[in-house]
Amino acid sequence: MSGDLKLADYLNHPATEPNRKGFGLGLLAAGEIDSRVLAVCADLTESTQMHFFKDKFPDRFIDVGAAEQNLVTLGSGLAAMGKIPFVSSYSAFSPGRNWEQVRTTICLNDRPVKIVGSHSGVSVGPDGATHQMLEDIALMRVLPNMIVIAPADSIEAKKATLAMARSPKPNYLRLAREAIPIITTEDTPFEIGPAYILKEGSDVSLAGTGTMTYHALLAAEQLAKQGINAEVLHIPTIKPLDDGTILTSVRKTGAVVTVEEGQIIGGLGGAIAELLSEELPTPIKRIGMNDHFGESGEMTELMTHFGLDAKHIVLAAHNVLALKKP
Amino acid sequence: MQKLPLVRLEEIANDIREDIIEMLVTAGSGHSAGPLGLADIFTALYFDVLNHDPKNPDWPERDLLLLSNGHCVPVRYATMAHAGYFPISELKTLRKLGSRLQGHPERLRLPGLETTSGPLGCGLSQACGMALALRMDKATHRWLYVVMGDGEIDEGNVWEAAMLAGKYKLSNITAILDRNNIQIDGPTEIVMPLEDLRAKWEAFGWHVIEIDGNNIEAVIDACAMAKAVTEKPVIIIAHNVPGKGVDFMEYDFTWHGHAPNPDEAKKALKELRTLGGKIRSEHE
Repeated sequence: MSGDLKLADYLNHPATEPNRKGFGLGLLAAGEIDSRVLAVCADLTESTQMHFFKDKFPDRFIDVGAAEQNLVTLGSGLAAMGKIPFVSSYSAFSPGRNWEQVRTTICLNDRPVKIVGSHSGVSVGPDGATHQMLEDIALMRVLPNMIVIAPADSIEAKKATLAMARSPKPNYLRLAREAIPIITTEDTPFEIGPAYILKEGSDVSLAGTGTMTYHALLAAEQLAKQGINAEVLHIPTIKPLDDGTILTSVRKTGAVVTVEEGQIIGGLGGAIAELLSEELPTPIKRIGMNDHFGESGEMTELMTHFGLDAKHIVLAAHNVLALKKP
Repeated sequence: MQKLPLVRLEEIANDIREDIIEMLVTAGSGHSAGPLGLADIFTALYFDVLNHDPKNPDWPERDLLLLSNGHCVPVRYATMAHAGYFPISELKTLRKLGSRLQGHPERLRLPGLETTSGPLGCGLSQACGMALALRMDKATHRWLYVVMGDGEIDEGNVWEAAMLAGKYKLSNITAILDRNNIQIDGPTEIVMPLEDLRAKWEAFGWHVIEIDGNNIEAVIDACAMAKAVTEKPVIIIAHNVPGKGVDFMEYDFTWHGHAPNPDEAKKALKELRTLGGKIRSEHE
């Protein structure tokens, strides 16, 4: 989808907020709209921002304790009885620890459980590699029936949460811990499914998801100063992938850089490489974590250390431009 | 549903055992000992205990039966067929391409299964979710039965659920533990000791009833007793004979995970048919 997407003024000191907060507010709003919406947490109520919901609807909130296998299987049982359970923990634990239960009792069972994984990516910071979940996109996008969503900011996370409450399918929502720039507005469209063209261009496609879409936008600004007209795609729904929008963009530009805060193996980069290699072989460079873990540090220094910033996206764009067919 | 006399229930359980052998030998693979040992419990559930309607598997007022140890599903399929959920002739399709009777139960393929299971340890926590939903909907008159294997409760997920059921006092859950003392690698007390089972479940906030799980009357009585316990979830530790009814399979852990060959099946069926005759003559 393209056109006037009514974005925020992200270049000039954008407001910041963790996108998990948007989830917390979205869950509260979804609970007000539909009494079937429930919240289930595994001893991380404030961290996952479920406390907004818990305070308003204590009778619709369940704490399973530090028990992530029970978290999702309980969710499957709730969904079996017509409830719309949002089950939340850190993504390292859910779906990190309970993937088989997600596979069998939610996906194979096709139960509309809403799995919310907070604290994804290296931006988790000082907690270190154990808590910096990088493999969740890959884990979840291989599951039949599962929908995978990674919102760019807090406002979009709220919209995604409301959309998930209406979705009849199992969903995974990928969130991050730290405050990140808000690039969308209340008026920016969001639906489960479409990729959005945030900036039109003709030389190279920068395809970002989650927290990294902002950095793709910054990279496009830097490239513009170098005379390169980059198109920026935001891909909040990683599965099912919006093949049409991606192929249309890449057909126009002939070069692509994917950008995510997770493992490129099996992640958004993997997904787009799979699509293009079958449908439209194109020079591609994948920005993300390349088969290694994170470590402790502050968010900004980790993002730089691991090459998850505009500077590295610009370099990658030059690499693919050099490979582009004349 | 009209209650049947005990002798009739015993005959049905025996017919179900014969069907299990025939299904397994036709399929050429599957689990033998557990399903045979559970035939009396499933007969008691489907023909006496459960509030259900075989012609309307999604009846909103039905009790919910979850088979957590999905590998024992042949006994469920056979009992469901006898109860009228689908034709008995369909049992021969077990594990065949296109069959509704998958090797491990899949809810979306066969109405009346309540959930999909196979990977162990997930049934009790799904029942907990269902029980919490029923409580929110003020429908705790609907009962939840969860059949679990004893080897299955090695799984940590079971104890996560057991703790939660104790916390929320989910008294409309009745778990039935198939205590047959065997698992794939051998006797449970050698592979991973489970005892003291009563003390463990009581410590998690459960009421424990122990019975002979091959005594249909005892199963029916225990389920009635469980309904009278209003403060806690109940677990019925059902002491079952693995391979029950087939002499060369009884108590032998090697029969946990495989199916009889045609010769073995013939021998087993002969034994079960003799047993069927015995049940009838004893009650005449």
